[in-house]
Amino acid sequence: MGRFSGFRVTIGQVGKVVTTNYPEEKRPKPERFHGRHVLNRYEDGMEKCIGCELCAGVCPARCIYVRGADNPPDAPVSPGERYGFVYEINYLRCIHCDLCVEACPTEAITETKLFEFSFTRREDAIYTKDELLVDDHGRARRQPWELWLGGEDDDTSAWMRATAPSGQAAFEGRVAWSGELGFGVRAPEAGQTAAPDAPGASEAVVEQLEHDDEVLHGHHGHGHGAGDAGGH
Amino acid sequence: MSGLNPILAGDPLFSNGIDTEVVIIVIVKTILVFVILLVSVMFYVWFMRKVIADMQNRIGPQRAGPFGAFQTLADGIKLFFKEQSTPTSADRPVFRLAPYLAIMPAFLAFAIVPIGGLVTVDGYHTYLQLADPGIGVLWLLMMSGIGLYGVMLAGWSSGSKYPLLGSVRASAQLLSYEAALGLAIVGVLVHSGTLSTRAIVNQQAWTSWDSFATDWYWLPAIGAFVIFVIAAIAETNHPPFDLVEAEQELVGGFHTEYTGIRFAIFFLAEFMNLITMCAIAVTLFLGGPSGPALGFLSADNWINVWVMPVLYFTIKVLILLYATVWVRATLPRLRYDQLMSLGWKYLIELAFVWAMVSAIVVVGADQGWDRWITVPAAIAGAAIVLFVLWACIPRAGESIEEIR
Repeated sequence: MGRFSGFRVTIGQVGKVVTTNYPEEKRPKPERFHGRHVLNRYEDGMEKCIGCELCAGVCPARCIYVRGADNPPDAPVSPGERYGFVYEINYLRCIHCDLCVEACPTEAITETKLFEFSFTRREDAIYTKDELLVDDHGRARRQPWELWLGGEDDDTSAWMRATAPSGQAAFEGRVAWSGELGFGVRAPEAGQTAAPDAPGASEAVVEQLEHDDEVLHGHHGHGHGAGDAGGH
Repeated sequence: MSGLNPILAGDPLFSNGIDTEVVIIVIVKTILVFVILLVSVMFYVWFMRKVIADMQNRIGPQRAGPFGAFQTLADGIKLFFKEQSTPTSADRPVFRLAPYLAIMPAFLAFAIVPIGGLVTVDGYHTYLQLADPGIGVLWLLMMSGIGLYGVMLAGWSSGSKYPLLGSVRASAQLLSYEAALGLAIVGVLVHSGTLSTRAIVNQQAWTSWDSFATDWYWLPAIGAFVIFVIAAIAETNHPPFDLVEAEQELVGGFHTEYTGIRFAIFFLAEFMNLITMCAIAVTLFLGGPSGPALGFLSADNWINVWVMPVLYFTIKVLILLYATVWVRATLPRLRYDQLMSLGWKYLIELAFVWAMVSAIVVVGADQGWDRWITVPAAIAGAAIVLFVLWACIPRAGESIEEIR
């Protein structure tokens, strides 16, 4: 009966379903899913982007176009001197490698878990700053050609740093990001320690951290608005 | 059926001459059968896709209509509005004719299927069945033989090599399995003694729960039933016997050069043939529309007369269709030599021997011969015949010339 045992296999699968009822029902995305980008803002509404063009420089697909400009003194767009005046990402080129996110010194650009967009015009594929920037509630703006439901943008900037921006080993395990519009300060991920005095942080690390804090505050303790709400 | 037109025989509708109302009833029945077939093909394609999806842990069609039920309709509309192309080397008139040669026998074959019992419409008694010709199930063999022309001419007139290969395969396959199919039908005919589908169904009428095993022919003719189902799947070119359109080998087979609605017609004909074959199998082996009537209603209540027989018929056909889908989801396509080997070396012999043995047993019972002699004698004779046939099969390394 060997050649008929297949019949039991097929009938045994009846009722078991592994696929989902896709557009209505979506399975959860991985924690660090690389979807389309958003440009984040501080909790006071200021833009995080400082127009430094590091993202454009690191982009292997050359899909990012940034032009910085001086902040108008009476109505600054971002904390500090400069802000991103033009910010465009061409999604016909983007390979979602996340290098721009890693390069960004201010966590201005992050990748969301949103990936379902089908544009019918080439101009739509080039996301301008208006389209990338999060709205007043810190949520990604849904474009007409994007298909995603409410709730899927909950973790728009799900990317989290494992190390401090400077990449110093002593900062490893320390939550070092700033507050974010609509989300506040991120809670530490599993495996990270929230504060230097948390269990697991060695004496040397704590000392190094304290020293670095002084240095950091000495450098840009002034000139920053409420935007400097880091995870200190 | 004495003295009547052999095509119209049997149906009491024509017993009192033919007037306008009789013609209207026949036209209405024709249109109904036409619509039922089209709708059931639409349903079957959806059903097949859903069941296969179920067996492959998928969901299947879900976008068009509730549970994707209108998916076939959407496919049909799309195919209808597609451009139709004709190869420059095609034989144009034949190329255009072929799809209709394929679909018309598919429609006509269903005419002999008894869908329900005897009903009364405006004083006229008639069977829920389009036609009850005296030639009965031979009509099915006729129509599947004519349907072959559609496939053959399609492949030949395309002026292209793959369709030609596909249609050559089709003709060889259909000829091979037609023999087994016919012999399997003989396995029922020796019991029924008539070719008329209505008479065969009436002999399987439901009298008690014993009818299931004794009156229905599936158990007395179990060998013929199995052979019939296998041969019917092969005859309609359905998996695992769909070598006619083996994509890996022949692109699309005989319909490679067809596009748009003509392509759709071939597909319609193929699924229609499968539904017809299942309906014929229900008629021959599973009692057709017979089944227990609802006891709490009177026997001539409209539910017992109209609804229940049609319901039983539908359920039985659905069970068989589910089985074909199950086979489709399970078995991989056969190699061509396996197909020919199965048809010629096994099915035809077994069907032949089964028909012989059941003929001896039936005739013996009819003549009052001792069953303890006829049955062993028939089986012994069958064993001898099978051994001789088996001994004649060329073995590996043996050439045909040596056997001659």
